[in-house]
Amino acid sequence: MQSIRMTKPAPSMFKKILIANRGEIAVRVIRACRELGIQSVAVYSDVDRASLHVRKADEAYHIGPPAAAESYLNIDRILDAARRSGADAIHPGYGFLSENSRFAHACAAAGIKFIGPTAAAMELMGSKTRARQHLEKANIPFVPGTSRGLTSLEEAVSVAEKIGYPVMLKAAAGGGGKGMRLVHGSDQLASALESAQSEAERAFGDGEVYLEKALINPRHIEMQILADEHGATVYLGERECSIQRRHQKVLEESPSPFVDSDMQCRMGEVAVRVAQAAGYTNAGTIEFLVDQHKNFYFLEMNTRLQVEHPITELTTGLDLVHLQIRIAAGEKLPFTQDDVRLRGHAIECRIYAEDPDNNFLPSPGTITLLLAPSGPGIRRDSGMYEGWTVPIEYDPLLAKLIGYGSDRKQAAARLVRALHEYFVGGIKTNISLFRRILNDEEFQQGRVDTGYLDRLLARTPDQVTDEKSAEVAAIAAGLFAVLDPTSVAQTNGSAGSTSPSAAVASSWKKAGRSEALH
Amino acid sequence: MTYDITIEGKAYRLELNRTGEGWLCRLNGRAVDIDAVLARRDVLSVILDGKAYEVKRERTPTDMHLWVGSVRYSAQVRDPRSLRSRTGADGAHGPRKLIAPMPGKIVRVLVKENSEVDAGQGLLVVEAMKMQNEIKSPKKGVVRKIIPAAGASVSAGDVLAVVE
Repeated sequence: MQSIRMTKPAPSMFKKILIANRGEIAVRVIRACRELGIQSVAVYSDVDRASLHVRKADEAYHIGPPAAAESYLNIDRILDAARRSGADAIHPGYGFLSENSRFAHACAAAGIKFIGPTAAAMELMGSKTRARQHLEKANIPFVPGTSRGLTSLEEAVSVAEKIGYPVMLKAAAGGGGKGMRLVHGSDQLASALESAQSEAERAFGDGEVYLEKALINPRHIEMQILADEHGATVYLGERECSIQRRHQKVLEESPSPFVDSDMQCRMGEVAVRVAQAAGYTNAGTIEFLVDQHKNFYFLEMNTRLQVEHPITELTTGLDLVHLQIRIAAGEKLPFTQDDVRLRGHAIECRIYAEDPDNNFLPSPGTITLLLAPSGPGIRRDSGMYEGWTVPIEYDPLLAKLIGYGSDRKQAAARLVRALHEYFVGGIKTNISLFRRILNDEEFQQGRVDTGYLDRLLARTPDQVTDEKSAEVAAIAAGLFAVLDPTSVAQTNGSAGSTSPSAAVASSWKKAGRSEALH
Repeated sequence: MTYDITIEGKAYRLELNRTGEGWLCRLNGRAVDIDAVLARRDVLSVILDGKAYEVKRERTPTDMHLWVGSVRYSAQVRDPRSLRSRTGADGAHGPRKLIAPMPGKIVRVLVKENSEVDAGQGLLVVEAMKMQNEIKSPKKGVVRKIIPAAGASVSAGDVLAVVE
């Protein structure tokens, strides 16, 4: 680990960085700036004046109305704030403008360093077809299959044997599931091919059918890379991201319980090849689809810092945001691949403002009570605070709770313990969902894939209420009425609260008023 | 003091009186030995038969919940002597006000004033965090009033409509 220790900041290190983002990631980058002795500049829309990132930054500039298109996505206004503040670099965070090559171009044209890859690398990886054409030359694995129509049953049999069952027959002209057949073995292939061809003929007037390897509920595993501007590229281990709801990641962990050291090494090497073929610099992530037999296929590259980067930070002991800034300032990577050692296990829970008991409807509003967990192996990257009103305009991600332990079991146990301590009142959050996942046997055995969460949610959760706790609730209800009566009176709409200070109190007053209307 | 308390629909009668050292507490007539400290606003530490519980109180514009550990219970408290106490707000009779459950923007108004609606029929669509949510009628009846127009912003707790 000696060699990973940072050298002193180069004289060309940035003096001031503007963070073109909001919420927890803006706070995360502001913290890194402070640690590196760099001034930080926040930008904010009308509804974010009281947001945490504005409170934490050294400087803050208003950039427009709540709609993202007129604020956090508005290149001119952000560059104007950068010029006015004298920032010499911009960190885009994730989302918003982070993968917008026009923005990267505009920063370069304004003489402000964009902390991320070049616009050219971003453009190349942004187009799936261009990326595939470019990467096939670099011998990168894609989901195998034929790219032209099958001419005979014999050809189908031989291709299927070569790529392995199950396979999917797909109509070349297809769409909407028409002309598609899932085939598990060679004995089914003849009839499946015939019916797929005739169905395609009827539906599209074209019976051409091709064959592709079927990935059923694949795993989604990604590899973190870092590349400096002097030709060095390293990989920092994988992240298991299969637990998703509607293609939105919910819980990630590193390492993946499915990946052994040999597979990790092979995935890492492919990821490095992808990055090098694209001329990629700074932090990036290569996403793979993985089947049950540990075959992995390139899916896409994310040309930015990921939401789930903390789990890699915990298992590598590196600070990815520090490294992003140093790389952008022209420093060489201060370590080689051989220096990277993965230790322990990290799991991240994405705390969203949504109601798990009501089809995950968004739940913005005022946070009336916030009790935050701490203790061994717990990291919390949060953009919320008690009294803050979660705006309705943006992504519902409030915070990330990350558990770290010497192994997967300990990391999970620490998270369960911390989730028990975590309380967010006034709005609904998905905290209870993570208790379900972490206590689920399938999860504990590491048997997760992209279909896992839907399977879990389809089951009725265990009834957790019991008569003893209900009695405690009944007694507590009375005790609150005696010991903490102010808010009760307010809620009943009778006490004209005149406390001008607390935002919480005024929101209660409002609640009280509405209740009084009943 | 005597309270009528409902937890998850189940009724309890709680008698709660301070003594010099602590509390005299009877739940449904049965004496219970308790010790309680208000740790901070909305957070109560209760010791009951040697077991320690942390109880959190949460209020939204429409209801109150108590969390015992990590389990949430809906709760209503009624002091039988108090005129200000909550009355049966969910009676099927009389006008019912439709309250915005979350802040958001009114995308569409689905019904006209004075039209007849069924229980559960969508009246307005509110957008928050890029998701659209239908606000449904709490009862069968006639829409006496629709307050916000399409495009208006509403806060949690705002009255959206009155159904009679």
